[in-house]
Amino acid sequence: MFRTVSELVEIAEQENIIISEVMIRQEMEAKEKTREQVFAEMENNLDVMEKAVEDSLQGVKSVTGLTGGDAVKVQEYMKEKTPLSGNIVMDAVSKAMGTNEVNAAMGTICATPTAGSAGCVPGTLFAVKNQLNPTHEQMVRYLFTSGAFGFVVANNSFISGAAGGCQAEVGSAGAMASAAIVEMAGGTPQQSAEAFAMTLKNMLGLVCDPVAGLVEVPCVKRNAGGSTLAIVSADMALAGVTSTIPCDEVIGAMYRIGKQMPSSLRETGEGGLANTATGRELKDKIFGTSV
Amino acid sequence: MKYSSVFDIIGPVMIGPSSSHTAGAARIGKAARNLFGKEPKWARIHLYESFAKTYRGHGTDFALAGGLLGFETDDPRMNKALEIAEERNLAIEFIEDSAGVSHPNTARLIIGDDKDRMELVGISIGGGKIEITELNGFELRLSGNHPAILIMHNDRFGAIASVTKILAKYEINIGHMEVNRKDVGKEALMVIEVDQNVDDSVLKELEGADHIEQIAKIVS
Repeated sequence: MFRTVSELVEIAEQENIIISEVMIRQEMEAKEKTREQVFAEMENNLDVMEKAVEDSLQGVKSVTGLTGGDAVKVQEYMKEKTPLSGNIVMDAVSKAMGTNEVNAAMGTICATPTAGSAGCVPGTLFAVKNQLNPTHEQMVRYLFTSGAFGFVVANNSFISGAAGGCQAEVGSAGAMASAAIVEMAGGTPQQSAEAFAMTLKNMLGLVCDPVAGLVEVPCVKRNAGGSTLAIVSADMALAGVTSTIPCDEVIGAMYRIGKQMPSSLRETGEGGLANTATGRELKDKIFGTSV
Repeated sequence: MKYSSVFDIIGPVMIGPSSSHTAGAARIGKAARNLFGKEPKWARIHLYESFAKTYRGHGTDFALAGGLLGFETDDPRMNKALEIAEERNLAIEFIEDSAGVSHPNTARLIIGDDKDRMELVGISIGGGKIEITELNGFELRLSGNHPAILIMHNDRFGAIASVTKILAKYEINIGHMEVNRKDVGKEALMVIEVDQNVDDSVLKELEGADHIEQIAKIVS
């Protein structure tokens, strides 16, 4: 069983297999399940993700009205104009936001690794799909590779905003997506690790400051940011760029930063954007002025 | 390791908006219901720190209610759980508690009916995963990763042996076991994680064993 990213990469290299295969084998062994069972469960998650993306592109609105509709706006923009950041990046932005819009609207999603960060992994998957033309199996494997890296973060650091800030949620999610893109694009396990490290590095220190305590603002748009970084870091890793600080040490740094973060910046809705004039005003509007 | 499966990371499939505040809360509620062994008539739920500050926006209230009603994390009725609880005559009270706790997402559930009462503390550690850290005043650490049997018993010679003998007879393998007691010779709790779900007939036999008071199981 792997505990660190370096162990994960080592197993893949020694056995000459890809990361997703390491994760599938470990899951089969740990849970005493067949390959078919493990695969079918992940296929079901993939279906939920696809459905959420499709629903969002029909246009959804959250109960509070704070979020919804931005995924559609970006798709329309892509049809009318040439996005400065390119089609894949904007498509990922649209689908990542879309997934979180569905989440805010109480729709069904698959947490990856959390619900607040559920957009990055599917958003990037359904965006890079258009260029990489993966098989169905490769798409399911994308989720196993994301999960393998998330598994290390969850066991060595944290994945919830309440515990470690948004760096632990969208930071982990974007980084997981990065690693999976690299594998799908034909990169090596080590390149997946480099991409993961580079995305997480860019997310370090990210606080969890939801306006009115709701998983809407800034969560939906942060998923857009996370998926953008995921694609860019994957490209950097595929180009041969490496992270000076090794992946496991970046995860360790994220953990220590989270521990140092005051509670007001860890999903209490008390600090950061939640404590701006507009943030407070929205809270009063939604929940009534607290005496 | 706290997380043992890839599906702890990619999953659960759930109704939003928050995996730790909604899905995790639903699972804490469901664990309480399972351990209580029936649908409670009333519940007093203390919420701490991030749970206390943001539970309305996150739907932690309806998710806990949904769990108490037996809903899974992706049950489409989840956001209507408070209304459904009312229809089923389950009275729920939420208390924003400012006491210090060791995890930011902590809930204390005191549930009961006309006859029985149970108190449980659950923490939501992220991504929908939970741990039960206290049951009726006993500290424990139950992940819900494996099926488990919880046995309230009297701290007497042979109590543990009588239980393990029955489990051995049915070829049930123990993965992890913890015994906790309030004082020498007083009430005690055995927490036994096993490899496979245990049939009710085995639980019945365990109930009849020496010094056993009460039994509950968690199905994985």
